[in-house]
Amino acid sequence: MSAHLLASGGGAEFEAPGIDIFDWPPLWSGAPFWLTKATLIVALSAIIVIAFSWAAFRNPKLVPRGVQNVGEVTYLFVRDQVARPTIGKEGDAWMPFLFSTFLFILVMNWMGVIPVLQFPVNSHIAFPIVLALVVYVAMIFLSIKHQGFVGYFKNMMFPPGLPKPLYLILSPIELLSNIILRPFTHAVRLFANMFAGHLLIAFFASVAYWFLAEKLTVLGAGVGLVGFLMTIVMTAFEIFVQALQAFIFTLLAASYIGGALHPDH
Amino acid sequence: MLAEAVTVLADEKFVSGSLGSVAYGLAAIGPGIGVGIIFGQGVQAIARQPEMYNTIRQNMLLGFALTEALALIGFVVPFVHP
Repeated sequence: MSAHLLASGGGAEFEAPGIDIFDWPPLWSGAPFWLTKATLIVALSAIIVIAFSWAAFRNPKLVPRGVQNVGEVTYLFVRDQVARPTIGKEGDAWMPFLFSTFLFILVMNWMGVIPVLQFPVNSHIAFPIVLALVVYVAMIFLSIKHQGFVGYFKNMMFPPGLPKPLYLILSPIELLSNIILRPFTHAVRLFANMFAGHLLIAFFASVAYWFLAEKLTVLGAGVGLVGFLMTIVMTAFEIFVQALQAFIFTLLAASYIGGALHPDH
Repeated sequence: MLAEAVTVLADEKFVSGSLGSVAYGLAAIGPGIGVGIIFGQGVQAIARQPEMYNTIRQNMLLGFALTEALALIGFVVPFVHP
């Protein structure tokens, strides 16, 4: 569990944690190869999301009490900030998907700052890829369903009202950005934020551990103190970034779906 | 002379160190400017029309996310292709 600390220990000199802190072997020797800390946390997150939604909405009261308040605030936030502004009137029909996507990513990200677990699952790119792929397939399917196959590419590559020669430049860029770059950046944005944040916290934490506990010297104590304080500051900042990224992922998913349903804007 | 310079530049022995960090620094310039513009203009827009706060903030975050992706790709690429 203490990979951060092990990464800095051992040698005579301080060694910053590298990408090896993301490598988790199977939980115990002889366990199936896929049963690692990451998959365990994903399963845990799914259970938390299901349990939370169950507790909040299983028996709704007209005057909400307890966990139903939190559930309704979250639901209203996703509906009023994400679904309605981007998709419009049909936004409410997409709420089940958007709400569970938001909550699932939020819980998965927040696992990065919960003690003992301390691993944002989305820092393994496989998980964001799957999430982005779901949105991508939905986007392509809905676009072709609502605009037709030819209409989809026509709306995407040839927006009306531009001088003719401009299409030579614009069309390939639009095609590239819509078909290839969209799912790529959608997944990489979430992945890279979690990856960088986890690496940053691990770095400051191992600085603090190394200079305050492992090799305590008069000169090094100041550095260790800075590392200690920065760990706290960065953890607070990470909680914010993790929530923001969950929101942005949902917002982009909704705007892709909205763009597929209403090609004009 | 020129050919020599070209071979020197091309020889990887002459370029060493943590190039990934340098590349990330370069990749962060453009998005840094972009994010600054987005939030600067966003704050200005909110100051002018506070009643449009929700719409402006949503578009601000959308533009921020799209711009930030460039910097993040610059951060990830050295890990993918060292």
